[in-house]
Amino acid sequence: MRRAAFLAIAAVALLALAELALPQVLNRYYATIGVRILVAVLAATSLQLVNGFTGQFSIGHAGFMAVGAYASAALSVYLGAGWLEALQSVLPQPLARLAYFPLPLLAGGLAASLAGLVVGVPSLRLRGDYLAIATLGFGEIIRIAILNVDAVGGARGFALSAPAGVDLRYEGLGMIGAVVVLSLLVMARLVYAPGGLAFRAVREDEIAAEAMGIPTTRVKVEAFVVASFFAGVAGALFAHAEGYVHTNSFTFVRSFELVAFVVLGGLGSFTGAAIAAAGLTAAPELLRGLGEWRMILYSVLIIATMILRPQGLLGSRELSLARLRRRPGTAAAGAG
Amino acid sequence: MEQFFQQLLNGIAWGGIYALVALGYTMVYGVLRLINFAHGEVYMVGAMTGYYVAHALSLGREPSLAGLVVVLLAAMGACALLGATIERVAYRPLRGAGRLAPLITAIGVSLLLQNAGQLVFGADPKFFPPLLASRESFRVGALAVSNIQLTVITTVVVLMAGLQLIVNRTRFGRAMRAVSMDAPAAALMGVPVDRVISGTFVLGSVLAAAAGILVGLSNPKIDPLMGLLPGLKAFVAAVLGGIGSIPGAMAGGLLLGIVETLVSGYLSSTYRDAIAFVILIAILLYRPTGLFGTA
Repeated sequence: MRRAAFLAIAAVALLALAELALPQVLNRYYATIGVRILVAVLAATSLQLVNGFTGQFSIGHAGFMAVGAYASAALSVYLGAGWLEALQSVLPQPLARLAYFPLPLLAGGLAASLAGLVVGVPSLRLRGDYLAIATLGFGEIIRIAILNVDAVGGARGFALSAPAGVDLRYEGLGMIGAVVVLSLLVMARLVYAPGGLAFRAVREDEIAAEAMGIPTTRVKVEAFVVASFFAGVAGALFAHAEGYVHTNSFTFVRSFELVAFVVLGGLGSFTGAAIAAAGLTAAPELLRGLGEWRMILYSVLIIATMILRPQGLLGSRELSLARLRRRPGTAAAGAG
Repeated sequence: MEQFFQQLLNGIAWGGIYALVALGYTMVYGVLRLINFAHGEVYMVGAMTGYYVAHALSLGREPSLAGLVVVLLAAMGACALLGATIERVAYRPLRGAGRLAPLITAIGVSLLLQNAGQLVFGADPKFFPPLLASRESFRVGALAVSNIQLTVITTVVVLMAGLQLIVNRTRFGRAMRAVSMDAPAAALMGVPVDRVISGTFVLGSVLAAAAGILVGLSNPKIDPLMGLLPGLKAFVAAVLGGIGSIPGAMAGGLLLGIVETLVSGYLSSTYRDAIAFVILIAILLYRPTGLFGTA
């Protein structure tokens, strides 16, 4: 436990350093890509909770990101700008911003988890492909519904505009990184704690789990709601980093992409999903030199990886420091 | 009232096109239990092939039925080849690797075809050459039936009848039904499962190609991303009818086309894209296996 506390303090110190130092050394292009990678990592790992650990197949996750993004953006624009202004009058600006920004993230997460509950309760009665299709449908319905709400811009998109002196955008990689790391830790605790066995029991054999007294429906809904919460946080991070949201960022194409991250990383592996999400979000940028060919190479990369490693990059294992230490040669490739 | 029947007619023509694409989804699902997300892109390639063939033979200048048939056959041939290739390259290596890996390669192939389409055909929309001069074919009371609608509906009916014949009356059809019931058992009975799967992709792709041409006829703006949303909706149609069921895909496609046309005609076209999913969820919740599906 003391070790964990030490690690946590070290991580916070590192992230604080990153928050201060990164804007000095990184140009905006890299900072933006950094944010997108972190958002993709959080969205993919949250989907992993449902698809990889609980064995339910959701392909509408982008809908919950949309709820989080729009709910947090609406909060910030209609109420938050005033609060932030008030905070800035009593605190120095960076501190005021640091105190304010967790609020929209939390709001986005809660709104998305509420949507997750509403969607999850009826859909989780369905199984397999039918569940997948229902989540796909709900994802699109959410998106089109938002598209028709004028208060959040409708088809024009929604800019996080604020009065002078107040900036609702937040791109600090340190804090965004801290949020993502913290979320990952929470999800990992949830799944790898003794109680978390319930998720994997439902995945392995629903009937057997039911027979062992696991309330399978509740476990499934729980996984769905928690996953939606963190997808909402990811959406909120995205909205506040970009300063503008549009429903086009949350189409079923985005949902498919998240599913691809999860399966490519390995079902049942948070680190696998994180690596796949980071790698495949960075890939189109790294391939920019190839011009028009980059997206072709990107899709070939997905197909080839899947054919070469059908079980995903890490299978259902996690990459961890302990594993790296134990098997210095092989563990890095996830083959340990 | 006459407006209602006019909309209904439009809906039937549009639904027939959905049904053709939905058939490809449902047949592939039947034999492989795979949602072939790349199917919408096959439909796009069908429309594009039609565009280039029609231009190469300058068929747009003097519209004729023969020209349309040539274009249809060319597109069907190209898509048959494409469908078989996709199956061979992206899905066959993953047979036996579980059901998720091929789902991801399907998404990969879909992305690949969209992006390759933008590279090869250009990202800007193209105008499909008028293979038929639009005119009124005949009237029933106040209801005007255009020759394009007549052609679309006739083609759909002919293709579906042909498909029924293939599925129910030929050796290949029997093999396909056997694989879709129980692939390992079919293999034990000497059915060449891989060849049947390949044939199923060819059959589905041929129908998708025809759908692409018919869309080009009635709605001439085509572009490399045109397969994305109609592909998804055709898939929804297949699920509505009960995925794996051939009559189900036909019924689901028609239902979806009619409802969408009526919604955009009478309510609002912004909700048109949502209605497919609303019906989908309503049906899934009350009848999870779709209209014609078996458990």
